[in-house]
Amino acid sequence: MSEHFSLLISTLDATLRVSTPLIFAALAGMFSERSGVIDIGLEGKMLVGAFMAATVTALSGSVWLGLLAAIAASVLFALIHGFACITTKGNQVVSGVAINILASGLTAVLALTWFRRGGSTPTLANEQRFMALEWPFAEQLADVPVLGALYSELLSGHNILVYSALLLVPVSWWLLYRSRFGLRLRAVGENPKAVDTAGISVAWLRYRAVMMAGVLCGFAGAYLSTAQNAQFIRDMTAGQGFMALAALIFAKWKPFSVLFACLLFGFLDAVAVRLQGVSLPGMGEVPVQLIEAMPYLLTVILLAGFIGKARPPKAIGVPYVKER
Amino acid sequence: MTSTRLHNGLMLVLLPALNILTAFIVTTLLLLAIGIDPVAAGKIMLDGAFGYEEGIGYTFYYTTNFIFTGLAVAVAFHAGLFNIGGEGQAYIGGLGVALVALGLGSHLPAFVVIPLGIVAAALFGAAWAAIPGYLQAYRGSHIVITTIMFNFLASSLMVYLLVNVLSPAGQMQPASAAFADSAALPMWHDMLGWFGISFDSSPLNASILLALACCVAVWVFLWKTRWGYALRTVGMNADAAVYAGINPRHMIVLAMLISGGLAGLVAVNELMGVQHRLVLGFSAGYGFVGIAVSLMGRNHPIGIVLAALLFGALYQGGAELAFEMPTVTRDLVVVIQGLIILFCGALEFMYKPYVQRFLLRFSREEAQA
Repeated sequence: MSEHFSLLISTLDATLRVSTPLIFAALAGMFSERSGVIDIGLEGKMLVGAFMAATVTALSGSVWLGLLAAIAASVLFALIHGFACITTKGNQVVSGVAINILASGLTAVLALTWFRRGGSTPTLANEQRFMALEWPFAEQLADVPVLGALYSELLSGHNILVYSALLLVPVSWWLLYRSRFGLRLRAVGENPKAVDTAGISVAWLRYRAVMMAGVLCGFAGAYLSTAQNAQFIRDMTAGQGFMALAALIFAKWKPFSVLFACLLFGFLDAVAVRLQGVSLPGMGEVPVQLIEAMPYLLTVILLAGFIGKARPPKAIGVPYVKER
Repeated sequence: MTSTRLHNGLMLVLLPALNILTAFIVTTLLLLAIGIDPVAAGKIMLDGAFGYEEGIGYTFYYTTNFIFTGLAVAVAFHAGLFNIGGEGQAYIGGLGVALVALGLGSHLPAFVVIPLGIVAAALFGAAWAAIPGYLQAYRGSHIVITTIMFNFLASSLMVYLLVNVLSPAGQMQPASAAFADSAALPMWHDMLGWFGISFDSSPLNASILLALACCVAVWVFLWKTRWGYALRTVGMNADAAVYAGINPRHMIVLAMLISGGLAGLVAVNELMGVQHRLVLGFSAGYGFVGIAVSLMGRNHPIGIVLAALLFGALYQGGAELAFEMPTVTRDLVVVIQGLIILFCGALEFMYKPYVQRFLLRFSREEAQA
């Protein structure tokens, strides 16, 4: 098998791993923003999720309990956001900023108080993590040219959260475009007054959307600390929540486009790692920082209206006030 | 209708007071939960921030940064814009300072290099903010998102420049060469020394005077000039502004230029005042604190100075606390910062219905009496 082909496979393999938390978080943002609530706080919710997953897993030994704890913590933060934005009609951007800063400080303080390891949690043993799942016959088929590598290297050998994230994309699509809940959710993000007139509670719909965002960010966080890594490290999200937000906008708030945007951004990340210090023929050394900055650059260019038009939900960021 | 005016005035004072009180109660509860005596911690922080000359110097040095970023957020806010990009604008402002200091510092005297450095910091910061401003005004892209993206872009750009361009050959550390002496701002302890007053050495430097001057300038601009009036009108009601003959697009770009320029001035304090070279991530965190400062200061220069002082004291006191208590790190300050943004910003109106009901009952009883 050629060297280039195996390099391509390993890059795509890394792409899937890097994209997974982005997919969870971007879909989280999609539900929230489609209902009209801006979610700058994806980063913070992921971080508390990552922290609680690692903490509870380390204490209980069960990664599934860790996942549950991650979801609970992330939903709690989502509810704070919901209370601020929906019930008290506060500024949604300010609330998101508060969530992020609070999460960053609180996780570091609690990690230090509980574990005394400079802001990290104890390292998890392999059986306490979400480990790679081998697909049937992966080993036997590995030697089949091209298809074998695709099957055993790329498709097989990821953990359950990676597959869940991929599966979640069609599920979200169905929920958003084919279910009654999805219809109402989209309506409340475009024209909440119409939804209210139809006798459906705007607040309850938005609360549900915000909580769904919490659940999904919990998955994203748990993936970071119990699947991709084996512990919580302070500020380990390192901007991935914002990257997911960029992907969501780049995808124009649509589920399948979200998948492609996340895969594209993940691919850029995987390439950047591999191009470090490598000189390309005809181009010389490509600055890694340029590739790392590409997702943000692309999103800005899209927002500027140079690649299509990113049209956000109409009622986004506006608290709903019933007419008196 | 004096009672309505009194009513509104009370709301204006009572609500923020209740919000700040809540933030501090939650902080106290958190301290108790992690096993720290809140009274002892408060005393250490207060002593650390104001108890001795070096501590006071540090407190005011942090305050300087927060005045700049707080004003930056406030000016944008008056135009109805949310500039979360202070971080990146300050960072790029540092590039302006570095170019002036490294390029001209060894050829020109201080009284030329320092003003040029200040202008360059403001111009570079303004330019970095102007792009999101332009995109908001003319292409309709949401400024919150673009300024977030520009923070990351600034970070990538600066890492590239520091690693590949600005760091001298043979140096492993990603930092520029040291600035010439002519690019160094006078330190506060030296300045007091000119008048025969002794003050312990600290990072506090002349840029705090610049920060205070900016407060006055922002106040005059926003409330005493035609453009400031136009800018606030756009922030209150862009449609009404159009009918008044104001072009909201111009005001959006203007607000972002001023906002970015103010954020860029952080680099003056940090680089010309303290570091004397361009270093990686020198703006870390200051831009975000600016949001809290502006919220707490109700977007008014006087309020911003007070809030900046509070955060300066929290930063310095927090450092002292981390030094005194081994179980505490400065992350505690980050938590307090988050709580303040949450309760004074996001949950701003949480108590409004209750306070309103209370005041109404109060005035009704008065009417009956």
